Amino acid sequence: MPLPKQYDDLPGTVVFDADRAREGYHLNMFCMSLMKPENRAAFKANERAYLDQWPMTEAQKQSILGRDWNGMLQLGGNIYFTAKLAATDGLSFQQIAAMMSGSTQEEYAQMMIRGGRPIEGNRSKAEWKKRG
Amino acid sequence: MARIIAGVAASHIPAVGAAWDNGKADEPYWRPVFKGFERSKEWIARVKPDVCIVVYNDHMSAFSLEIVPTFAIGCAAEFPIADEGWGPRPVPDVVGHPELASHIAQAVIQDDFDLTIVNRMEVDHGLTVPLTLMFGKPKEWPCPIVPIAVNVVVYPVPTGNRCYMLGKAIRKAVESFDKDLRIVIFGTGGMSHQLQGPRAGLINRAFDTRFLDNLAPDPEALVRISHLEYLREAGSEAIELVMWLIMRGALDDRVKEIHRFYHVPASNTALGHIIFENMA
Repeated sequence: MPLPKQYDDLPGTVVFDADRAREGYHLNMFCMSLMKPENRAAFKANERAYLDQWPMTEAQKQSILGRDWNGMLQLGGNIYFTAKLAATDGLSFQQIAAMMSGSTQEEYAQMMIRGGRPIEGNRSKAEWKKRG
Repeated sequence: MARIIAGVAASHIPAVGAAWDNGKADEPYWRPVFKGFERSKEWIARVKPDVCIVVYNDHMSAFSLEIVPTFAIGCAAEFPIADEGWGPRPVPDVVGHPELASHIAQAVIQDDFDLTIVNRMEVDHGLTVPLTLMFGKPKEWPCPIVPIAVNVVVYPVPTGNRCYMLGKAIRKAVESFDKDLRIVIFGTGGMSHQLQGPRAGLINRAFDTRFLDNLAPDPEALVRISHLEYLREAGSEAIELVMWLIMRGALDDRVKEIHRFYHVPASNTALGHIIFENMA
């Protein structure tokens, strides 16, 4: 019997465990291939053809083509891999963090300057539900 | 006999490296970050370690999902700089200390910690950003580095307690090395931060302050922080703080705090930094 995962209660957070790593193996290994300049060029030249070299699910491929940064994480992606796709697009960690949390760049940057997203109200899914 | 004389903890935020590399260190956003390390640079120039052991995590640059070692030690003579998607950082390659590294592997594995031995490895911002913060922009890094990579990316990652005990084993190993070397150990990463998903940008200053306050006098309290508590209270990437506990474990029970710096924000992260010297 698999152990229950206590961290399923965390709001807005995917914990990248061995199950997620298996699900997202090819998606993440695709991202990793972007560490080589020639692969970045090949991907940019024809994204779909490049992606078809990996045995990913269609949903995973669509999340990449649509730059659905949260979607990639839901489908087994991990932020340190998807960050390599972001770098290929010329985006910083902060830019994709803003996108993933549904803020504009400016709002997100200002929130960080004010001290970041506060812990109060952000500890559990129940707290998020209460807030509505 | 080789000795660990001091410990340094420092965040390893990639944007800090990029700001430095792109000549933005004097911009108003970044100036306070680099100012917080001015005393540290003076300190380490005075201390002049013969070797630094740098505990860091690979951000899926050298390793991948093919193989995920929990603890790995770099035994190579040289560690090239990884291309993380932007091209490699324009910093010197890292020179290793293969003799000391193999000795640590030999001793620590006999002491029941299973290190993975790595003979070819590129190093990423996790290792190079703290070097930049402490040493600036030298032509060559001033001393050889023994990299110790910890998996904090794929769960289950090691517990804080396991990391603390590994630190103690590393210290014992160092003290049985027969050359007179003065060593500084780095623990990198942290503090509170979350890079992913709708909760990205989470910062918990109270958690970080408690961690900094307890690290010298009461590390035993910190080693009991569970994975879930790090994740919930300090964000999904704050788990990197277990690497600070390896550094702390390698020091004396009594240490003197030399310098401390805490700054929010550095990109998505609460940047934390502390320096301890051994007191016995």
